[in-house]
Amino acid sequence: MKMMSMGTVAALYLGSSACTKDKVEEFLQKNFREMSETEKKQVIRRLEETYLRKYGKKFQISTKRAEAGILWGYGLDLSRCIGCRRCVYACVKENNQSRVNPQLQWIRVVRLKKGSLINLENAEHYYNPETVPEPGFMYMPVQCQHCENPPCVRVCPIKATWKEPDGIVVVDYNWCIGCRYCIAACPYKGRVFNWSEPNIPVEELNTDVHYLGNRPRMKNVVEKCTFCVQRVRNGRYPACVEACPTGTRKFGNLLDPNSEIRYLIENKRVFRLKEDLNTEPKFYYFFSA
Amino acid sequence: MKIRFLCLFAIIAIGMPAFALHHDEYPVLMPPLSEGIFPCSNCHAGLEVNAKKRELKEEHTNIKLHHAENNRWCLDCHNPANRDQLKLANGETINFTESHLLCGQCHGNIYRDWKVGIHGKRIGNFKGGKKVYFLCVNCHNPHDPKFKPLKPEPPPIRPERSHGR
Repeated sequence: MKMMSMGTVAALYLGSSACTKDKVEEFLQKNFREMSETEKKQVIRRLEETYLRKYGKKFQISTKRAEAGILWGYGLDLSRCIGCRRCVYACVKENNQSRVNPQLQWIRVVRLKKGSLINLENAEHYYNPETVPEPGFMYMPVQCQHCENPPCVRVCPIKATWKEPDGIVVVDYNWCIGCRYCIAACPYKGRVFNWSEPNIPVEELNTDVHYLGNRPRMKNVVEKCTFCVQRVRNGRYPACVEACPTGTRKFGNLLDPNSEIRYLIENKRVFRLKEDLNTEPKFYYFFSA
Repeated sequence: MKIRFLCLFAIIAIGMPAFALHHDEYPVLMPPLSEGIFPCSNCHAGLEVNAKKRELKEEHTNIKLHHAENNRWCLDCHNPANRDQLKLANGETINFTESHLLCGQCHGNIYRDWKVGIHGKRIGNFKGGKKVYFLCVNCHNPHDPKFKPLKPEPPPIRPERSHGR
């Protein structure tokens, strides 16, 4: 019954615009979590063809699954961050974010007066001095905190966003309907919205992508930090970790007692942002000095 | 030891960009030696050792020592007998790729954090592949180690500007 009505809707939808077989398939595509392996392969092939047509570039779209025994965690050293925003732009480049109209960034670096760390109402993220760090200020980058109890996931009316077994909160862009409930629910402003068709210079496209991560998005969908799912599931550090000139950013497996992240949680002064909301972030701010 | 030194020399000679060098304990980046300066013995082998603290007028004029300069001079860290090496306080000599041992003599707590990956930076594969550690000197100039201020990347565009098209 459901399939029938979907078919009718599809027919109506397609009747009104010039349509191709690809468009029909895209419209009838399932939620990523319900796809069989064959269906995934078909979708990937179709997407790769679409991207080739659109950008003239060959994309490698991975659907690599989470490995067992891994729960990713992130550490950020507030004694070291100087607010230079190198991470922001490395992220934009790695993850194919729209550059202008809309300008989408997954990391927001906020500047805080020293001594008022907990008062986020005085946070400023448009700071633009000649050089950083500025005396009397500290800097706190904020991005998706990959909550164990993510409010954004709970509010999604169509389950287009979920927490993967390795703890990464992801979005199926093809399933997202653009209602933006998740944006309203996130206490960290971790999500951004494609208000218009994304703009990325073709020569700057990263073609090494993951279906749930950095593949090019379309107008009217939500996107967010995925801990660089395309990199970390292949054993590489996220782009922001490698871009940071001060070594502020740490990453690792929370379930591995010998990981960097476990060491810092056990040995440094650590806090999680807005802990009182019971979101259980896997993003740990710490002070090494 | 000799092989490692040759390897270091070879990498510099072909002008390869700094990259991972085999190291027993930590895979490290190449230390950022000034171009064309290594091996130091090219010049120093024929020179008499002068341990006197003085202003360098002919060579190394770009070095302004700003690192506990009242208590220190070149040969406290550079090995007078062989300038291609460094020297620890106990007299042991080490290669430039092990300079973290030298820094760790005074900065013990930082060195402890560095060893476990909390201070400093690592890149590459944290699992399964090649991981590379930045040496202290890849970020801190050993003669003037304070981290210098940087120009920040541009702030985000204010929404009222991007939407007011």
